[in-house]
Amino acid sequence: MSGVRVLVGTRKGAFVLTADGKRDQWKVSGPHFSGWEIYHLKGSPADPDRIYASQSSGWSGQVIQRSDDGGATFQPVGNQFSYDGTPGTHQWYDGTPHPWEFERVWHLEPSLDDPDTVYAGVEDAGLFKSADGGNSWQELPGLRGHKSGSSWQPGAGGMCLHTIILDPATPSRMFAAISAAGAFRSDDEGKTWRPVNHGLQSEGIPDPDAEVGHCVHRIAMHPSRPEVLYMQKHWDVMRTDDAGETWREISGNLPTDFGFPIDVHAHEPETIYVVPITSDSEHFPPDARLRVYRSRTGGDDWEALTSGLPQQHCYVNVLRDAMAVDSLDDCGIYFGTTGGQVYASADAGDNWAPIVRDLPAVLSVEVQTLP
Amino acid sequence: MIRVVLPAHLRRLAGINGEVRLEVTGTVCQRSVLDALEGRYPMLRGTIRDQETQQRRAFIRFFACEEDLSHEAPDSSLPDAVASGAEPYLIVGAMAGG
Repeated sequence: MSGVRVLVGTRKGAFVLTADGKRDQWKVSGPHFSGWEIYHLKGSPADPDRIYASQSSGWSGQVIQRSDDGGATFQPVGNQFSYDGTPGTHQWYDGTPHPWEFERVWHLEPSLDDPDTVYAGVEDAGLFKSADGGNSWQELPGLRGHKSGSSWQPGAGGMCLHTIILDPATPSRMFAAISAAGAFRSDDEGKTWRPVNHGLQSEGIPDPDAEVGHCVHRIAMHPSRPEVLYMQKHWDVMRTDDAGETWREISGNLPTDFGFPIDVHAHEPETIYVVPITSDSEHFPPDARLRVYRSRTGGDDWEALTSGLPQQHCYVNVLRDAMAVDSLDDCGIYFGTTGGQVYASADAGDNWAPIVRDLPAVLSVEVQTLP
Repeated sequence: MIRVVLPAHLRRLAGINGEVRLEVTGTVCQRSVLDALEGRYPMLRGTIRDQETQQRRAFIRFFACEEDLSHEAPDSSLPDAVASGAEPYLIVGAMAGG
């Protein structure tokens, strides 16, 4: 029988949650890397036994772990992330030049077809690639070296490259998103990049429709329609139908358009999910009710999904990498909260139940659909 | 024989139980001890000192013989008691945060 494996990164370790296709009985293993922050784990689409994990701590920096047996065991691999050449400077919070300094890996994106190739999005914003299973890492310097790079500024969470999307139809094309620089696209396998932020409006920067400077929180794509991207920005939910050339707002009737994650139904490219959060200073759901919002029309028209979710006294957040979908016939949706709950819906969001309730704060959720 | 004690999170990372015993050739100093340690346990590279600058990470401390040796130069000789193995060289996670 098919099943799912949910990979959960938390402030104090990683957890692996597994279930069969019914997704009603769960086995929980972990914590792996107890005591370390696990910003992200993700499995290879080409080999589900291959999983990469970003492990870090304020004491001992960055470690990358790799599993070759589906998360049963992990081995440390390479952890040297050296910026290409002389790194130069970006803008600090106070506007002064600040040297580019590696802090941590926020996001790992395995290649669609080669288990040994994986990309890493790091803070301070840069993109790295490994072609040897994570043993060694080389920067793709064209992104950080874009002429706008020296003007990039960190968001409140640091200047992180948090989103990497590989285009399944056009292997030379990839997208990256940086807080708070914006969205970028490469059409030559990551060698050169250009900002793709036309249509974004951000009141928090001096020029609201500037080429760069936007605090993009997350971008999602459906693999069958790679020219369509959905974005949760600091404020505003956005959509592009031309691979980022132009964006338009699709916040519609959302109770607030601030939030972090956004994702797309596995089989319905126009069905998307967000978790509205009250505001940039109030990182909890509006009215203390945890609601996932679903649009079946590609945006603008949204419905609240509440069944099984706490509808009073709820003050958790859902971080940008903490939502995922499986690809079973009845698409499963998963998200984790800063309160340590991981919720699952086996019916596309109509009904929810917690898999676990009391993990450390959840930083990331990914899911693998297993044969 | 140099005795090195690591914090629990690094022992787990490297799969170490108890103290590490290292042979160090030449001057016994912070640099040579860490070189020998990282040589045996490559997964510790970058977790105690920066891989490029070789600077001690901010929240790592080096203690021995009831002294804080964290700010000693990397090539300064360690105490004789450490060099002889009478006392361990302690690599400690600083008391900070949680």
